Amino acid sequence: MSIALRIHELSKCYSNNKLALDSASLTVPEGSFFALLGPNGAGKSTMINIMADTVLPTSGSIQLFGREMFDERLWCKRQMGVVPQEVAFDPFFTPREILKMICGLYGQKPDMKWIEELLDRLELVQHADKTARQLSGGMRRRLLVAQALVHRPRLVILDEPTAGVDVELRKRLWEYMREINANGTTILLTTHYLEEAEELCDHVAIINEGKVIESSRMDELMHNVAGSFLWLRYGDGLSLSAEDEGALSEFLPRIQDGKLCLTLSRIDAQQSSFHQAYEAAKKRFGAPLDAGVCQEDLEDVFLRLTHQGDKQ
Amino acid sequence: MNSLGMWTLFKRETHRFLKVNMQTVAAPALTAILYLIVFRYAMGDRQVPGMDVDYFTFLIPGLAMMSMLQNAFANTSSSIIIGKVMNVHIYLLMAPISAIEMVLAFIAGAVLRAVVVATVFLLVLIPFVDISIHHMGLILIYGVCGSIIMGGMGLIGGMWSDNFDHMSMVSNFIIMPLTFLSGVFYSIEQLPPVWQQVSHFNPFFYLIDGFRHGFLGVGDSDPWLSIGIVVGFAVATVLLCWRLWHIGWRLKE
Repeated sequence: MSIALRIHELSKCYSNNKLALDSASLTVPEGSFFALLGPNGAGKSTMINIMADTVLPTSGSIQLFGREMFDERLWCKRQMGVVPQEVAFDPFFTPREILKMICGLYGQKPDMKWIEELLDRLELVQHADKTARQLSGGMRRRLLVAQALVHRPRLVILDEPTAGVDVELRKRLWEYMREINANGTTILLTTHYLEEAEELCDHVAIINEGKVIESSRMDELMHNVAGSFLWLRYGDGLSLSAEDEGALSEFLPRIQDGKLCLTLSRIDAQQSSFHQAYEAAKKRFGAPLDAGVCQEDLEDVFLRLTHQGDKQ
Repeated sequence: MNSLGMWTLFKRETHRFLKVNMQTVAAPALTAILYLIVFRYAMGDRQVPGMDVDYFTFLIPGLAMMSMLQNAFANTSSSIIIGKVMNVHIYLLMAPISAIEMVLAFIAGAVLRAVVVATVFLLVLIPFVDISIHHMGLILIYGVCGSIIMGGMGLIGGMWSDNFDHMSMVSNFIIMPLTFLSGVFYSIEQLPPVWQQVSHFNPFFYLIDGFRHGFLGVGDSDPWLSIGIVVGFAVATVLLCWRLWHIGWRLKE
């Protein structure tokens, strides 16, 4: 398996002494569709901005397709296309002009066939000659995606590309990204839509408080890390006091959709900690109105892992 | 070397000011012409002390150069600050263009705008006044060096500024006084001795004096000796811009 991106012990401490990245390491295989997940402020954008060369790292190294990024910056920049989180567009130019210009900045003659294809696939053809100022929020997002793809990068980095894009359009955008990925382009994606990430991505890393706390193939994560949990419904207004949390701590208690959720672990091949969890909850809150056991999905795993991080 | 990248950035910088040419070309030329009209009637046929020229003729090259300097500064500074405020400067930071290529492309755009503004100004005047050219080489050297210096300063000013307020502070409190007090409107012979000395430390004085020498053949300093100063200053400005862009000064956190 060849490696597209290898991040090694990358740290970033901002001038206000905020440690945004704390020796984060990450490996992205070539050709993968990689989800980089984390709560707000976890360090995802800092990591991406360091790769994009808009933020300077404090320490660490990055290899892109086998070359040291900080030694061979210009070569590495040509291999990457980045969709930034904040919408940024040049107010003086139209989408078609912007795409031609980006090609030029990357040292390429504009490939008009490819530019037209991008405009078409990202549904910008009708707006290609308006100034960027006249575009709606969703169109601007799509223009950013086109800008990142126009020089045919080998690695595309998408930082929240679908924030503020409606469901229909989001689906079509993902479909297109899947196609791009199928043609051999590696994609690194951050998103808050975890269901979509689970469906789209074949690899996943979870970052919390500047550290990568989990990184694996998506199917392995779901097989090895995702467990099951017990949910218990106690009517409205259930909340957890510090004492409750202490008493139930081995089950990582949390309230989700008004229900108490307790993570179950395996005792042996036959048995989970269902009985212990149920009894512990009953002891504190009494018999529930309703209860059930669910398999964790990516969102549950994400919440559990990042929650554990908070506790530590 | 990414020469196409440089060329693209240069074209972008040119395109930017040509798209709003009323504001960037016509307006500065008009301002310079208004100055000229005002001083023409305020000063009459008065001669400049110590020089064999009338005040009106003396003013023309100075005003042309002042427009060049201010417009070269405006082109780079506005490009960078608009980029920073609208967050589009990230596309320049992400592009595979080296720091020196970036700086040269920006400055080339500034020089072109300066030359266009000065040319428009002079062309408008030609039907009304007799514009003599004493030495074209001097005009070009001083005009281009001046635009390089100011294009570079605009780049640095834009990098330093975080918003339009900072930017206007730099241009109103540093650039305007330096250009106004550099001998556009007077010969430094007219100043008290102390201020004559001070003027010799103002790089803009050499730029305007040398440029004027190219038109009129008279001035306050030896234009051939001053070439060393302005060329040196231009090179130093470019090197400083290169260094600052390279380290991402006030552009990258």
